[in-house]
Amino acid sequence: MIRQLGVSVRLTIVSVIVLGLIYPLAMTGLAQLLFPWQANGALVTQGGRVVGSAIIGERWTQARYFHGRPSAAGKDGYDPTSTGGTNLAPSSKKLLDATRAAIVALRNENPDATLPVPMDLVTSSASGIDPEISPEAAYYQAPRVAKARGLALASVNGVIARTIEGRTFGILGEPRVNVLRLNLALDASSASAGR
Amino acid sequence: MTLTGWLQALAFFAIVLALTKPLGLYMAAVFAGQRTWLSPVLVPVERLIYRLGGVREDEEMSWRVYAICVLVFSLVGLAYLFVLLRTQKWLPLNPQHFDNLAPDLAWNTAVSFTTNTNWQFYAGESTMSYLSQMAGLTWHNFVSAGAGIAIALAVIRGIVRSSAQTLGNFWVDLTRACLYLLLPVSMAFGLIFVWQGMPQNFNPYRDVTTLGGVTQAITGGPMASQEAIKEFGTNGGGFVNANSSSPNENPNPFSDFLELILIFAIGAGLTYTYGRMANDTRQGWAIFTAMALLFFAGFACTYASEAAGNPLVHRLGVLGPNLEGKEVRFGAAASALFATVTTDTSCGAVNAMHDSFTALGGLVPLVNMQLGEIVFGGVGSGLYGMLVFVVLTVFIAGLMVGRTPELLGKKIERREVQFAILAILVTPVLVLVPTAVAAITPMGLATLGNAGPHGFSEMLYAFSSTNANNGSAFAGLGPNRFYNLVTGVTMLFGRFAVIVPVLALAGSLAQKRPVAPGVGSFSTNSGIFVALLLGTILIVGALTFLPADALGPIVEHLLVLQGKTF
Repeated sequence: MIRQLGVSVRLTIVSVIVLGLIYPLAMTGLAQLLFPWQANGALVTQGGRVVGSAIIGERWTQARYFHGRPSAAGKDGYDPTSTGGTNLAPSSKKLLDATRAAIVALRNENPDATLPVPMDLVTSSASGIDPEISPEAAYYQAPRVAKARGLALASVNGVIARTIEGRTFGILGEPRVNVLRLNLALDASSASAGR
Repeated sequence: MTLTGWLQALAFFAIVLALTKPLGLYMAAVFAGQRTWLSPVLVPVERLIYRLGGVREDEEMSWRVYAICVLVFSLVGLAYLFVLLRTQKWLPLNPQHFDNLAPDLAWNTAVSFTTNTNWQFYAGESTMSYLSQMAGLTWHNFVSAGAGIAIALAVIRGIVRSSAQTLGNFWVDLTRACLYLLLPVSMAFGLIFVWQGMPQNFNPYRDVTTLGGVTQAITGGPMASQEAIKEFGTNGGGFVNANSSSPNENPNPFSDFLELILIFAIGAGLTYTYGRMANDTRQGWAIFTAMALLFFAGFACTYASEAAGNPLVHRLGVLGPNLEGKEVRFGAAASALFATVTTDTSCGAVNAMHDSFTALGGLVPLVNMQLGEIVFGGVGSGLYGMLVFVVLTVFIAGLMVGRTPELLGKKIERREVQFAILAILVTPVLVLVPTAVAAITPMGLATLGNAGPHGFSEMLYAFSSTNANNGSAFAGLGPNRFYNLVTGVTMLFGRFAVIVPVLALAGSLAQKRPVAPGVGSFSTNSGIFVALLLGTILIVGALTFLPADALGPIVEHLLVLQGKTF
């Protein structure tokens, strides 16, 4: 027993050094060397200013930008320091009330929308920082964004079509649109249209 | 359901299938001490570790000594993590200045990571210093997985050795599992994960003003290095609260696919290792086949239910799959696949919130854990859990035909069956009793996230998950002192109250001398055996848990169909 205890303590110390310190530190060194942009949070800039992370969803309020999904992360949503979903059950009254309210809010924000209400825009994501929406959810919001920017619907739809990412290798995951990337592309195309 | 959804699952399974033989052969070589292609680099490191640790490499251990080593090593690791979490405030690498964890939470977390459960009653991004994450949790991810693999090897040796008193050396098995298997694969996949977008830094959180004009904190930490071993060691403890649903831990469908493969890889490979060591690879493939059938049954049920969606939401005029608590990039198919895989094994990582799954979609993860996570299973624990069912199956088959049951020529007698039953009885005791207690005490009911039958499901899920060392949750259930303490106990006994009888069973089998198979011998590598094995698993599971499951997900499903809400 005593001998096993001695070996346990000594192996714990050795393995904490190898697996708990050297391994993550070496990985950090390699990551910073090989993939510094990803390793540091995939920060995205516009005009030299950091405006967010390419992989983290943001909270959008202005009509001229596409909006993401409802979020349960933090008080106002999209708080990366408080990630998670609503954890509401399929039979939950609260879930159905929240979904009903989200549908009403979405319809009010998008009075000119002609497409059916997309499921992802009225349900909360798992992480609360889902960076993406479905292509249907982007097209649904296009009339509002076009109106707010004074653009033709067709040109906004064109930006969406160029931003859609398909399934990886044709089968993995779902087709989607990164909201930040879409809005940046929109800003870029608005700027070039205004020139 | 869509064709692409199924193709995704089939592609995943095809890769796991292709990996099974090479990985199984590699593990068989590593644990036999044979040279592998990594030996030139790792043998000197291995020798150094033995010297520093005071390990005698050629020492062989009886099952009792082997079990004592497992228990003492786990106890030391538990105490170490408890102290680390209680002192992290005063230690380096804590840029967000997180406080020490409260004693009951530190206990729960220390037990959770020691037992390879990774049940989390805390949110990593607002609780854990970077040092606690890497030197505490990442380290436990390695060694608790390594210990599980070591035990599986000991059990295989018990079955295949003849007239032997020993099962191997725990320290050597543990070291080899970490050094030759877990570490190199984690390094390779950790880097792929960074390439795919996962952070790997020690930066403090950074406030940025977003394009939309609001302030947002960008979090950081050594995430990718933890993510790789979190999946490969079927640990499942998230760096952040949202676990693998967070884009930080799972940025895209490709990273998701790789995580899934990592979760199944070792469990699948060990079936081949077993067959190889038994000199009859069909033994391994028979077990693999039983596991594969259970996997596809679970996936089909979850996927069908999630793709069909929530009828109550459909009534509001929005159609489509159930996307509450799911990420757009994964959708119904990849989320259902992940939920199935993570509960087939003892992983417990999630890429979607199981609490918000449809009633039947959430039933599958629950049942998977109640069956003991024997579908490829936790690294090591999946195989030894399945081998317990194999022993039980040959015993029942022997009773049916009135012959002495045999496994690989060894007679299964009273002692072996007693140990097998003891290991199997742990699960109902540790799941049903605490759930019943929680359901009638104010502290058990105080932190439920949902009302009605789903609230009961949350309690049942919590104890199913902690007993099975899974770690996924119906996360609406919040922590309090009751759950911190009681789930700590169920995790501890769920791990070690199974390991000890399983090692005793192996020790007992090792002493036997196999007899040549006769005409009446029941082969354990045939299709009939696979069917009997599945029947045993399902009957034991159904008899034990169907009444409880009926009170939770099943009644919820029926009430949702009637339009009832809570």
